[in-house]
Amino acid sequence: MKMTIAEKIISSHCKKEVKAGELVIADVDFAIAQDGTAPLAIEVFKKMEQEKVLFPEKIAFFIDHSAPPPNREISALHKLMRDFAKKHKVKLHDVGEGVCHVVTTEKGYVKPGDLVVGADSHTSSYGALNAFATGVGSTDLAAVMASGKIWLRVPESIKIILTGKIPEGVYSKDIILYLMGKITSRGAVYKSIEFEGEVIEELSMEARFTISNMAMEMGAKAGIMRADEKTVKWLEGKVEEKITPVVPDEGASYDKIFEYDISNISPQVACPHSVDNVFPVEKVEGTPIQQAFIGTCTNGRLEDLQIAASILKGKRVHPDVRLIVAPASRTVYLEALKKGIISQLVEAKAAVVTPGCGCCVGTHNGIPADGENVISTANRNFKGRMGNPNSFIYLASPATVAASCLNGKITDPRRYLNE
Amino acid sequence: MSEKILKGKVHKLGDDINTDYIISGRYKFKTLDPNELARHLLEDICPDFYQKISPGDFIVAGENFGCGSSREQAPLAIKYAGIGAVIAKSFARIFYRNAINIGLPIIITDTDEINQDDTLLINLKKGAITVCNREKTLSITPFPSEILSIIEAGGLVEYFKKYGGWRI
Repeated sequence: MKMTIAEKIISSHCKKEVKAGELVIADVDFAIAQDGTAPLAIEVFKKMEQEKVLFPEKIAFFIDHSAPPPNREISALHKLMRDFAKKHKVKLHDVGEGVCHVVTTEKGYVKPGDLVVGADSHTSSYGALNAFATGVGSTDLAAVMASGKIWLRVPESIKIILTGKIPEGVYSKDIILYLMGKITSRGAVYKSIEFEGEVIEELSMEARFTISNMAMEMGAKAGIMRADEKTVKWLEGKVEEKITPVVPDEGASYDKIFEYDISNISPQVACPHSVDNVFPVEKVEGTPIQQAFIGTCTNGRLEDLQIAASILKGKRVHPDVRLIVAPASRTVYLEALKKGIISQLVEAKAAVVTPGCGCCVGTHNGIPADGENVISTANRNFKGRMGNPNSFIYLASPATVAASCLNGKITDPRRYLNE
Repeated sequence: MSEKILKGKVHKLGDDINTDYIISGRYKFKTLDPNELARHLLEDICPDFYQKISPGDFIVAGENFGCGSSREQAPLAIKYAGIGAVIAKSFARIFYRNAINIGLPIIITDTDEINQDDTLLINLKKGAITVCNREKTLSITPFPSEILSIIEAGGLVEYFKKYGGWRI
């Protein structure tokens, strides 16, 4: 049988050859949960009358969505996580360590060919490492803690081939937003996407994570890339085991194959209130903004901060704009400090907050006021997403967000490229 | 599957109802109490939704219901608000998993045939929806047998308690 990457990885985790459409119970290599989902998983684990986490070394909890806690109710949920992690010897990444998906990859918890689940929808991020990684719920996670396994329907696959030369001022965020506009937020529901082509090969690992991260915004179950030299180099020093890349078979079956030449695309902006409401930046330039946010599992890595700082250094954020920056992890934060990136951002008037998810998900660290427009490097712009249903969220690359900060309105970053 | 026949009134919503709309992150991170979450069900897009529903009523929506985050609090809030089932043209995949895992009936059918304020009679076992006020019958896409066994148990907690682990 000719198999897709998803079929190969799932087959190797249920010890039989399976094809799209089959329902299986699969072994899980690694599982994560965060402070919005782990407390419920712990409750469910207790309700299942389970005593023991079967493979605690394969489970990690992250306190990132409300970190540090903004109120005592959340403090209590964090304590519940810490106590459970200590008792069951589950890995715990506490306040300040950063966003789960970024820390998971930095720590080398995921390698090519792995089957990873996470009680967080953007678990699809690890697809950039040639793993089958998918978001699940809290009850799923409780079942994984109890049994080391999960029920899965083997997904059909879609192939997206990206060709052409990446234009100046266009980044991986623009590429995935462009694809969002084409494929829409329900264009890949239940499917596993395989991204390939010269454009993917050209991107850094950090930039590739941005694309796999947002694959789920098309409804996809996974967003997988092939492992190449960049993948192997990136995993050096993080993963000790031998790396065995998973490639799809010639003649494997795909529901659809899309091919896009991105040579002539502009920077892209997703407008309120849906991620597929995407326009080239030229169409929305001039829209006033009151808040800007650089961070998240989508675009809070070192490369992202570096791109923003290259536009902001030596300048000042517009007086009508608040710029909030959340480095995605402590490692990113430290590197950005050493390289002087944080100084450049703070000198430009950025407010740097603790590594975490708060601003993106509306728990704290920058809830916009009624009627305000926000430009953000995050992955979602749903009404109310940042904590106020009467505000308006625009999604863009770190470059577009930085350029917009300087002008107080949405701005094409290409205006600042050669300064 | 349960022999129980579900009966209730229809509350109709559109396409792409995401989990942030179903239960805002403002509440999700604050409490584990599903009854408290239920009081804020859909409030950002339908103010006072919780006050407008009666136990057993149905949410009827279009494509991609439950898209967005992995929050299991979304189907939990719906279940604890007393909603008998969610009926949609299609569901986002994590919501679909979560609903099955917590024992909230979800039904896939062509919801263009159902109107706001219709009264429905649903027989999950027979796989049929009757629109009482218009004497119309719709068919339901059946679940695979493996998933049916989780639903029959009343969700994954009961399934694990009953079988002590996986039996698929």
